[in-house]
Amino acid sequence: MTLAILNWLSGFTALRAFSSAMGMIAGGFLILLLLVAFFAPWITPFDVAAQNLANANAAPGWPHIMGTDEFGRDVFSRVVYGARTSLSVSATAIGISVSVGMLLGAAAGYFGGMFERIVMTVVDLTWSFPDILIALIFVAIIGPGLTSTTFAIAIAYLAQFTRLTRAQIVRLKNETFVEATINLGATPAHVVLRHLLPNALAPVIVVGMLAVGDGIVLEATLGFFGLGAQPPTPSWGAMMSSGTAQLFIAPWVIIYPGVAVAITVIAVNLFGDELVRALDIRDRVRS
Amino acid sequence: MTTLLEVGHLSKEFVSGGGPFRPLRSMHAVNDVSFSVSVGRVVGVVGESGCGKSTLARLILRLIEPTSGTIQFEDLDLLAQKPKPMRALRARMQMVFQDPYSAIDPRYSTRDAVTEPFDVQGHRYTATEKDTKTAELLDMVGLSLQLANSYPHQLSGGQKQRVGIARALALNPALLVLDEPTASLDVSVQAQIISLLEKLRDELNLTYIFISHDLSLVKYFCDEVLVMYLGRVVEVLPDTEAAARHPYTRTLLDSTFDPDPRLRRTIEPLAGEVPSPFDLPPGCAFAARCPSATGKCSTELPVLSSDGGHPVACHHPL
Repeated sequence: MTLAILNWLSGFTALRAFSSAMGMIAGGFLILLLLVAFFAPWITPFDVAAQNLANANAAPGWPHIMGTDEFGRDVFSRVVYGARTSLSVSATAIGISVSVGMLLGAAAGYFGGMFERIVMTVVDLTWSFPDILIALIFVAIIGPGLTSTTFAIAIAYLAQFTRLTRAQIVRLKNETFVEATINLGATPAHVVLRHLLPNALAPVIVVGMLAVGDGIVLEATLGFFGLGAQPPTPSWGAMMSSGTAQLFIAPWVIIYPGVAVAITVIAVNLFGDELVRALDIRDRVRS
Repeated sequence: MTTLLEVGHLSKEFVSGGGPFRPLRSMHAVNDVSFSVSVGRVVGVVGESGCGKSTLARLILRLIEPTSGTIQFEDLDLLAQKPKPMRALRARMQMVFQDPYSAIDPRYSTRDAVTEPFDVQGHRYTATEKDTKTAELLDMVGLSLQLANSYPHQLSGGQKQRVGIARALALNPALLVLDEPTASLDVSVQAQIISLLEKLRDELNLTYIFISHDLSLVKYFCDEVLVMYLGRVVEVLPDTEAAARHPYTRTLLDSTFDPDPRLRRTIEPLAGEVPSPFDLPPGCAFAARCPSATGKCSTELPVLSSDGGHPVACHHPL
């Protein structure tokens, strides 16, 4: 029985990312982080918004294992809830980015011509600006908040996935099996949905996974500038921003969320690298 | 004999460039090609690389649209077909590709690959019916049923080419265009594929268009041969024993090797360069390399003519 399950799992090449020590540690941490974010209400000992001004800026100890901030709120609880904000905003944004980018890239790559030129010109134009600038412009237009942060991150990374998908489709379009399938009498929809997109999927998914790490940094940056999550919603970036004020009297307020961002992004990148290795797509993940 | 395919004055011109900095250039890949294929025949198309053989194959199957000309297939005007009937008609004319390594989607198992034609043509088969069809097709091309769940990277070149043939035969075609089906295979595997194709032709009453640059293979396999040079048919050999009338065909035939060392001979290489297909001379395209060329050859285009033997396009036939 166990053998049968193992055998079934071995069919998923992506799981080989866990086979190295690095992949195991990074992947294990990410799974743990997901569980923590999901079960946040059961893990946190204190209410994230509960203020206790009598106990403000308390040093790490018991019962506040990461100390308290300037309003006496439990830093540990806020870091745990911050994981929720960071992961959901970044993953939703990249999800939107990947879906729209694949659609645009596939259409541009398959049909070519004027449509491709227009799409790729716009995409390359946004590609030439730093991600943070595009996100800032977007937030400046529609105002701060979590929803606009999500869309800002989605737009900032759209160019990457459109370019990557288009590059895959253009490469695949000239493979003989596409001509062979057309010669069987297949419609363009059959060719794109059954042959081109499935073959283009692996690199796009992996780059998407790596982009979730970048998205977390971008979300923290916008939060740090006060453009992301609005108080009292806990977010790693916003916590660090408020921590700068008492950097010398209560450094733990800025250190813990900072460490959380750093470890998460490092884990995402290391695991992404292991995925690239496991799926053997190193030369295909560049856009 | 009934005619299966009738090609008339088929031409394909590829245009490149355009815009302010690159002048418009056009290349005649296939130029005024006419021939007909009767049911059950094997027609060979030979010529050096770049002469338009593969373009001709794709034109016949309407995988690319010709610039001008007509194609009559099973008494239907192929070029007048609307997209939907055209897709249905593709079941009757299939192709075996030169490179078996990229002719199968790497994500498709053998079973998926050989049953995809049914999905594409709208046959709704159940899983059991598909299993039966897979078994039939694999048996037909001499593949073990154990390979049904293998993926392309687990198959050898010869096995992949057999899968390609099974895919082409799935829809019961009348015409099979073979675009150098053995060019990327080992010699021993080439022989197996050729004998498989011979067996299938007899069993299924197929008609072949066999494209190759391997003359010894063409001599062995074909009933008649079209010789192409720079997009034009220069000679039609009615059978493989016919003596060459065009100097180019003669050179081609002379260049085939004989495995018998006692028959070793020196080959007279052709002088001169192949003209650029972007800038064809007004006369015979072969004139610059031809030993028997005269002034007339470089100014006047020779047309296919059957005077004094089988059709040849030459002012000074041998």
